[in-house]
Amino acid sequence: MQTPARFDYERATSLQGAIASLKEHEDSRIIAGGHSLLPMMKLRLASPTRLIDINDLTDLQYIREEGDEIAIGALTRHVELLKSELLAEHFPLFKDAELVIADPVVRNRGTIGGSLCQADAAEDLSAVCAAVKATVVITGADGTRTVPMDQFHLGPWTTAVGEGEILTEVRIAKRPGGGSAHEKVERRAGDWAIAAASAAVWIDGGVITDAGIALSAVGLTTIDLTRAEELLRGQPPSEELFEQAGAIASEDCMPIPDSRGPVDYKRHLAGVLTKRALRKATARALS
Amino acid sequence: MNISININGETVTRDVEPRTLLVHFIRDTPGLTGTHWGCDTSNCGACVVQMDGQPLKSCTALAAMCEGHEIRTVEALEVDGKLDPIQQGFHEKHALQCGFCTPGMLMTTRALLDENPDPTEAEIRMAISGSICRCTGYQNIVAAVRWAAENAEAEVQS
Ligand SMILES: Cc1cc2nc3c(=O)[nH]c(=O)nc-3n(C[C@H](O)[C@H](O)[C@H](O)COP(=O)(O)OP(=O)(O)OC[C@H]3O[C@@H](n4cnc5c(N)ncnc54)[C@H](O)[C@@H]3O)c2cc1C
Ligand code: FES
Ligand code: FES
Repeated sequence: MQTPARFDYERATSLQGAIASLKEHEDSRIIAGGHSLLPMMKLRLASPTRLIDINDLTDLQYIREEGDEIAIGALTRHVELLKSELLAEHFPLFKDAELVIADPVVRNRGTIGGSLCQADAAEDLSAVCAAVKATVVITGADGTRTVPMDQFHLGPWTTAVGEGEILTEVRIAKRPGGGSAHEKVERRAGDWAIAAASAAVWIDGGVITDAGIALSAVGLTTIDLTRAEELLRGQPPSEELFEQAGAIASEDCMPIPDSRGPVDYKRHLAGVLTKRALRKATARALS
Repeated sequence: MNISININGETVTRDVEPRTLLVHFIRDTPGLTGTHWGCDTSNCGACVVQMDGQPLKSCTALAAMCEGHEIRTVEALEVDGKLDPIQQGFHEKHALQCGFCTPGMLMTTRALLDENPDPTEAEIRMAISGSICRCTGYQNIVAAVRWAAENAEAEVQS
C-alpha cells in the first residue's frame, strides 16, 4: 500500500489566500489535479508539509479569446483542452496531444498548470506550449509577471515559478498563416511518450516566416529545436527541408536509454516525428 | 481532520488523516467495498468511481479533495433490486471472469453512456483505455456496453 507522508491540507478559497499560505508555510505545495503530485507523494519522491488545494478556484478554469491572444486558465483540465473548438480552430496541436495524453479518466483531472509546473521532460503539453511560443503568467503577492515558454523550464522538475507564486495563465498569440501539429509514439494506450514532437509554422506568401519545434521525452527537459527553427525561417516549405529539420532533431535531442527504448531508437523517432509534425502543421497552415 | 463526503446520496463523515486516499475512505465505510483497489498507481482503473458524474481514479484523489462533491460507487447502480442496464449487459455478454476490474469498468462505461447514449465501438474502447482487464479481454466488455446502449430502457432484474 502506497501512502504519502503526513501533511496538512487546506482548501484555497481565493488566489491571494493561496499565495499568502504558500508564503507562510515552508515546504507547502499547490495541488491541482493531483495526478502527478499524488503519485510522487505516494512513492515519497515528494513530501510537502502542506497541500493547498486550488480546485475550488474555478476562476482559473477557462479557454477564451482576448484580443490577438488565446488565454487558458491554469486550472483548465485536459478534457477541456481536448474538447475546445477555439483551440481546435487556432492551435489544433492541442487536440492532437490531448487524444494521447494519459487516458480519458486521468484527463478529467489533470490540468495544464500542473502539467507545465511538473516540468517532467515527458509532458506532452510542455512541448505543445513551447512550439506555439506561449507565454506563462505567474502571480505572486505583488502582482503578475510574464515568462516566455523558452525561459519557463529551468531544468528537470524546475520552473520559473518562485516561492509564494502560482502559475495562473497560459497565453498564446494568434498570428495569421499558422498551422500546428503534435506527433507521439507510445508503447501502449495511455502511456507516456517514447518520443513526441510538437511543431508550429507560420506561412506568408509561400514562405515560412516563423517556426516552433519542441520535443518531449528525449532529454532531461523539453528540447527546443532552435537550430531547426532557424533553418526553416525564410524558406518555402518542402519535403527536403523537413528532412533536414528531422536530421537536426535526431542530432540535437539527448535521450536517455530506459525501458521505453535505446538511444538510437529514440533519436530515430525524434527525427521521424519532427518531420511528420512539420508536414501536418504545414498542410494545416495552407488549408 | 473531519471529512464529510456524499457517497451514493448519503453523507459519510469520519475523522481521518489528510493523507487518506478516496479509495480507502470509501472502502473503509461499511457496505462499500465494491470499489476495488488494484495497482495503486493510477494505471489499472479498478478503483474508478464517479465524482459529479465523471469517472475518477479514486487511488489518485485525497478524500479531503472530494468534500462538497458527489461520489457514486458501483453499489449505487442497482436500484430496488433492479440491475442497471450496464450491469445486465455485463451479465448477458459475459463481460467478467474474476470481476476484479468490473466495478471500475461499470462506473467508467456508465458515465460514458450518460454522456453518449449510443457510443461506437471506437468510442467505447477509448473510454475504457484507462482500465485494464487481465482475464476477460475487452471484446465482451465492448459488447456489454453496446447491449446496454441498445437496451437502455430494459426492465432488468437482479
Ligand atoms: C497514468 C497516468 C498517465 C499519464 N500520461 C501522461 C502522458 O502521456 N502525457 C502527459 O503529458 N502527461 C501524462 N500524465 C500526467 C498528467 O497529465 C497530469 O495530470 C499532469 O502532469 C499534472 O497535472 P495535475 O493538474 O494533475 O498536477 P498536480 O499533480 O496537481 O501538480 C503537479 C505539480 O505542479 C504543481 N502545480 C500544479 N498547479 C500549479 C499552479 N497553478 N501553479 C504552480 N504550481 C502548480 C504542483 O505543486 C506539483 O508540483 C499522466 C498521468 C497519469 C496518472
Ligand atoms: S488502483 Fe487506482 S488505477 Fe489502479
Ligand atoms: S474480469 Fe478479471 S480482470 Fe477483468
